[in-house]
Amino acid sequence: MSVLLKNVSYIYGKGSSEEKLALRDINLEIRQNEFAAVVGHTGSGKSTLIQLLNGLEKAESGEIFFHGKNIYDKDFSMKMLRSKVGLVFQYPEHQLFESTVVKDVAFGPSNMGWEQLKVELSTFGALKDVGIGEELFDVSPLALSGGQKRRVAIAGVLAMEPEILVLDEPMAGLDPASRKEIFELLKKLHRERKITVLLVSHSMEDVAEYASRVIVMNQGQIVLDGEPRKVFRYEKELSKIGLGVPQATSLMHFLAEQGVAVEDDCLTVQESISAILKWLK
Amino acid sequence: MIRNITIGQYYAADSVVHRLDPRVKVIGTLVYIVSLFLFNNFWGYAVAAGCFCAVTVVSKVPFSYIVRGLKPVFFMLVFTALLNLFWTPGTVFFQLGPVELTWEGLRKAFFLSVRLIFLILGSSLMTLTTTPNQLTNALEKLLAPLCHLHVPVHEIAMMMSIALRFIPILVEETDRIMKAQMARGADFESGNVIQRLRNMLPILVPLFVSAVRRANDLALAMDARCYHGGSGRTKMHPLRYQGRDFAAYLLCIAYCVLLYASVTYLPVL
Ligand SMILES: Nc1ncnc2c1ncn2[C@@H]1O[C@H](COP(=O)(O)OP(=O)(O)O)[C@@H](O)[C@H]1O
Ligand SMILES: [Mg+2]
Repeated sequence: MSVLLKNVSYIYGKGSSEEKLALRDINLEIRQNEFAAVVGHTGSGKSTLIQLLNGLEKAESGEIFFHGKNIYDKDFSMKMLRSKVGLVFQYPEHQLFESTVVKDVAFGPSNMGWEQLKVELSTFGALKDVGIGEELFDVSPLALSGGQKRRVAIAGVLAMEPEILVLDEPMAGLDPASRKEIFELLKKLHRERKITVLLVSHSMEDVAEYASRVIVMNQGQIVLDGEPRKVFRYEKELSKIGLGVPQATSLMHFLAEQGVAVEDDCLTVQESISAILKWLK
Repeated sequence: MIRNITIGQYYAADSVVHRLDPRVKVIGTLVYIVSLFLFNNFWGYAVAAGCFCAVTVVSKVPFSYIVRGLKPVFFMLVFTALLNLFWTPGTVFFQLGPVELTWEGLRKAFFLSVRLIFLILGSSLMTLTTTPNQLTNALEKLLAPLCHLHVPVHEIAMMMSIALRFIPILVEETDRIMKAQMARGADFESGNVIQRLRNMLPILVPLFVSAVRRANDLALAMDARCYHGGSGRTKMHPLRYQGRDFAAYLLCIAYCVLLYASVTYLPVL
């Protein structure tokens, strides 16, 4: 167990005319070395949920435990939590501010109070991980391309050496090639560095391909939680809350409904092809 | 965090005050503020307070919400009150070493605080019940005669409404950037003044970049929709006075008369 949420609720604008209950009674456990995806309609509370995980927003009620310790305890170190639970916001490239790429990535580690050598090592390590070459180290981050900026911004969080990497819609607004790069990067970090990954995504295809767990949110609540294969069986329920399933899955559901005896819990195009071929034989 | 500022915010509710023509509210608020400075008499303040409370009740804005607007100026209030209390010559009623308190000082400090408080409360009530858009519409209409003096009233109003429109966006943006930098371990609370200013850089640079980007986008969008300034431009919802607006003007006049009467004919307190 690494992060545990117990009966967590969150309210925006408490006491104003537009009070908004953004999360209600959330119970969730993020386990070590998971690759989990949070999906949900816009406004379902995904971003709010992930900001609670590293203490940026404080829950209205309920408790959050990190490695068994209550993060709202007085003697709990928020600084430690922020480095262990690395949060990459939506459009993270909008926070770049330093004059060079290296300086920007080093911002997080220096704030951790590490010594110079460790700061440099983790900075260069993170830049190497995200595939930013040395020729770009001393360039202004504002001069990079969209995909490069995004990767530099992710490196800025990675450089703090988090155990859990939380990303809010990391693919939003990127071209297909850059999307693929980011996903491959996350996959690599998850496999080689044993980093727990939690990401918010709108692409069911990507979720089906990469995630080992899908958490479905609707109106501030978790409505489904489990392996993609299991969650995507509920196509009707998902479509009621404005969500879809991967197109390959949808096709197989359709065939099954028409009375074709195929295995209908396929996630990818490849799987559906083999299922159909198997049926044809 | 930064979102808790209520001054200049709109409080959505369904009330007669909200529905009034914004011009009435602007003029009414001006009359109210000016009236606060025209007398120096306890009865006058009682009338001003009574009228303020009456309008607030009708507006359905909770008192606690309006009073919150006083928080940011609280120190200024205390400071001016103390200044007047200690530095006004007159009949001494209390002395401790070099510190002298006079009746005149007490009276002045009290009246000044009350004036400032009602000035802030009155204008808060106006902004809480009027959307920024309505407010600029009202100003554009009220200042329209200045066009003849070649004052670019429409352009000023447009600039104002854009600026007002951008405030919540930039506040939200600041909030988001601040959180993002805090997620990277930034600390905005400790250190001396110079360190704190330096610590603001990670917020200010991205904020500035984004403001310029947004301004550019907006200019393009306006251009794409053929915006060409004020001449010949009509409004989708032109301001038109209705019965209740004339009634409100009458109430304003009634307030002035009542105030004058109470200040002139009641015994001085
Ligand atoms: N800063 C805020 N102030 C007020 N309401 C907010 C704020 N941020 C989000 N909300 C509201 O909370 C709800 C959940 O928002 P969010 O967590 O951003 O959803 P998602 O990321 O799933 O789109 C939405 O209804 C949204 O309007
Ligand atoms: Mg979101």
